Amino acid sequence: MLKIENLTVDHGAIRALHGVTFNIEKGQLAAVIGANGAGKTTLLRTLSGLNKASEGAAHWGEHNILHAKPESLVRHGISHVSEGKSVIPELTVADNLDLGALWRRNRKEAAKSKQDVVDLFPRLGERLSQRADSLSGGERQMLAIGRSIMSKPELLLLDEPSLGLAPLVIEQIFQAIRELTTAMGLTVLLVEQNAMGALKIADIGIVLNLGSIAATGSAAALRDDPAVRAAYLGF
Amino acid sequence: MHNRQITNRHRFIGFALIALVVYILSNIVDEWRSYQGATVAVYVVAIASVILLTGYSGQISLGHGALLAVGAYSAALTQIYLHAPVWICFVIAVLTTALFGAILGTAAARLSGPYLAGTTLALAVGLPSIANQFSIFGGEQGISFDAGWPPLSFGENFTQYKWFFWIGSLAALIAMWWVQNILRSRYGRSWRAVKSNEVAAELAGINIGRSKVLAFTISSGIAGLAGALLAMTMNNVSPSAFPLALSFSIATGAILSGVNTLGGVMIGSVALVAIPEIASSIADRWSGSENLATLLPEFIVSALLILTVFLAPKGPIEKLRSRHSK
Amino acid sequence: MFQFINTLLIGVTAGSIYSLMAIAIVLVWRSTRVVNFAAGGLALASSFVGAAILEKSGSFWIALPVAMLAGAVFSAFIEYFFLRPLLNRSGEKNQEIFLPIIATLGLLGIIKAVLNFIYGDRIGVIPPPLSDKGFIVSGESIALSPLRILILGIVLLLMIVLTIVFQRTNLGLSLRAASFAPEISRLAGIRVDLIRTAGWAISGAAGATAGILQTTNGSGSIAPESFEFSLLLVFGFVAAVIGGIESLVGAVLGGLTLGIILAIILMYVGGSLVFFAAFLILILVLLVRPQGIIGVKGGRRA
Ligand SMILES: Nc1ncnc2c1ncn2[C@@H]1O[C@H](COP(=O)(O)OP(=O)(O)O)[C@@H](O)[C@H]1O
Ligand SMILES: [Mg+2]
Repeated sequence: MLKIENLTVDHGAIRALHGVTFNIEKGQLAAVIGANGAGKTTLLRTLSGLNKASEGAAHWGEHNILHAKPESLVRHGISHVSEGKSVIPELTVADNLDLGALWRRNRKEAAKSKQDVVDLFPRLGERLSQRADSLSGGERQMLAIGRSIMSKPELLLLDEPSLGLAPLVIEQIFQAIRELTTAMGLTVLLVEQNAMGALKIADIGIVLNLGSIAATGSAAALRDDPAVRAAYLGF
Repeated sequence: MHNRQITNRHRFIGFALIALVVYILSNIVDEWRSYQGATVAVYVVAIASVILLTGYSGQISLGHGALLAVGAYSAALTQIYLHAPVWICFVIAVLTTALFGAILGTAAARLSGPYLAGTTLALAVGLPSIANQFSIFGGEQGISFDAGWPPLSFGENFTQYKWFFWIGSLAALIAMWWVQNILRSRYGRSWRAVKSNEVAAELAGINIGRSKVLAFTISSGIAGLAGALLAMTMNNVSPSAFPLALSFSIATGAILSGVNTLGGVMIGSVALVAIPEIASSIADRWSGSENLATLLPEFIVSALLILTVFLAPKGPIEKLRSRHSK
Repeated sequence: MFQFINTLLIGVTAGSIYSLMAIAIVLVWRSTRVVNFAAGGLALASSFVGAAILEKSGSFWIALPVAMLAGAVFSAFIEYFFLRPLLNRSGEKNQEIFLPIIATLGLLGIIKAVLNFIYGDRIGVIPPPLSDKGFIVSGESIALSPLRILILGIVLLLMIVLTIVFQRTNLGLSLRAASFAPEISRLAGIRVDLIRTAGWAISGAAGATAGILQTTNGSGSIAPESFEFSLLLVFGFVAAVIGGIESLVGAVLGGLTLGIILAIILMYVGGSLVFFAAFLILILVLLVRPQGIIGVKGGRRA
């Protein structure tokens, strides 16, 4: 279980998160929605060790994940796909994928993860030897998620995977994310501005507004909540 | 924080006080100290020109020694071939080096980071050595530059080096006055804007290329003045006066002064002149070994440099200021 | 014609040594975005180690690897104890490359002062391990000697090894990824700090080799104030910039270009213009391609 208590994060003088508290059960897909600047990215970056928290606590199972480095959190099953197609354009698709599993001792299992990725995103399998900068936006997002899967995560942190993609591609990506929880049993924290799409696939929803939690609940309930609809879903 | 505005009047009083101190000093110190005083003035001007370029306009230069060389040779050639008075030689040195800097800056404006560092470094190594190729520059021996004796009306006891000290200090004061005015002008503001964020500056309507070239031109002109002053203190201009080490010293002085604060320029200049002397007296007292005397200055300067980079990366003045305001 | 070929041979040999130094500069730039002037001092220090080992053991083939190891250790030491704290302090933005440059200049000064303290007026000697007499072709001695072949061979071998390491190994993938995108690499589980230290270590080994080869190819001796090493540092850096500062292939091309053109100028124009020619070559290349021969467009951002 991911357990976040009173999490407060500052960027210098700007307080990006004010005492955020919520829980996610193992195997759940949770969507964090909120407008631009709400603090969604800050939340994920703090959970993956890229940003420092000022106050509060965050536990993944027994493990206290604040004050740990990203490279060691990966080894504890927490993987973060950062905002904006987090791939390395200068490397090939295969290298981008392999990068996620370099730390794993067991090469056989790493090879199996690669097979999982190719099964999930067949288009990546066809382009393994191409450089990542030759991929389309959707393929890059798949590659970023694929690289994350190569680290054999238990908790996946996804930052706006739908950003800048065509509706059809978004659909595919969201399908794949849903599959990660249903078929592979991952816990996913999905950050989105595309609130409708995210709440459609999520189990629970968390609404972030100016760094504080405005509402939480099951995804279905949030979708039907008139206040949420008006503020975030646009109808 | 104190809100007291520093006005031009305050600045003028400050400059007048410095002039007074120089005047008093020059009357009580001996020949050798006067020479050191003149050298401090040379460094003040040279370091100010690096601070303008690197600290304010954000362009790295590891090759200011080469610009000093341009100024020094221009001054000396003007004197030899045009028989011009010394102050004209200084003016020509400034103008020639500024022109040289404008050409170089036009090429350099497209470069940044390591590319600019590499180009200026190669210039520092390459330019002075040309003097050996063309006889007009006098080869390894160089050519002479004579700033003349002090006017007789100053009395018989007025020494040559005291005169250099005066000329150097006057030139340094004028240069500093001018530089700090430029830095507070429209141009200075545009340099800072470009340095902090090129994209935002461009959106605000600043022509980035022109702004950088202008900074390079002005910085070069000032470096040319420093070169002419250096030639004056040495009575001579030769390639060996402008080794790579000179460029590094000037960059070092800028860091010791605080590369983003013009006001610290005295600190670096005095340090560069005082450290070798302090080091050699330590070496003498300690062992008298010649080896130690040669290596100690370099060691102390280098150690000071590293300490500054670690403890006061924005320079000693900013360090004091931030401690003060806490 | 004969003379021209000899000039080329001399240029290629000198250029291959500049290439090694350029590689040392590029590796550090790629891993930490630092222009490392201390590389010159590290090469010097490791060459002194090589000279000392050579004196003890009598074998160039023991001295060279030991010097490389020493270079790697010195370089890693400097990264770990000086640059890492400095860069951590200045934060991830790291726009100011002036400060690290100056820090490495300070380190260069300290290394030289320490070597001066240890060696004083004594010099280190690394005589050529093979004959430096040119082969005789149709009665005339050409500029190709067993020593030159050895130097070219060592440089070539190192480049092949580096290529394999970079393209075929996990370490190489980590090094490339960490230099292109440190944050993504960390998220992928790469220990970027460690990888940076490894980049510095490899750079130190390359620099040490450049130092040893420069010494045997030149006067055969080194002193703490050796001019040849200032030369090696400056030309290595210029070669790296010509090549685009990011690219190992660029570093090699830059070094060879510089070596060959300078040899031609030295032979046909005059020795005193060599340094200025280096500047001209650099500025001409950068006027045509501001990001160097193999530079990436975005490479200018740092
Ligand atoms: N590196 C930073 N420095 C300063 N402020 C930042 C930084 N990153 C984010 N912020 C501020 O923190 C707030 C939350 O930003 P962010 O987490 O990126 O929001 P979101 O991802 O929801 O758009 C915003 O007000 C943003 O301006
Ligand atoms: Mg965001």
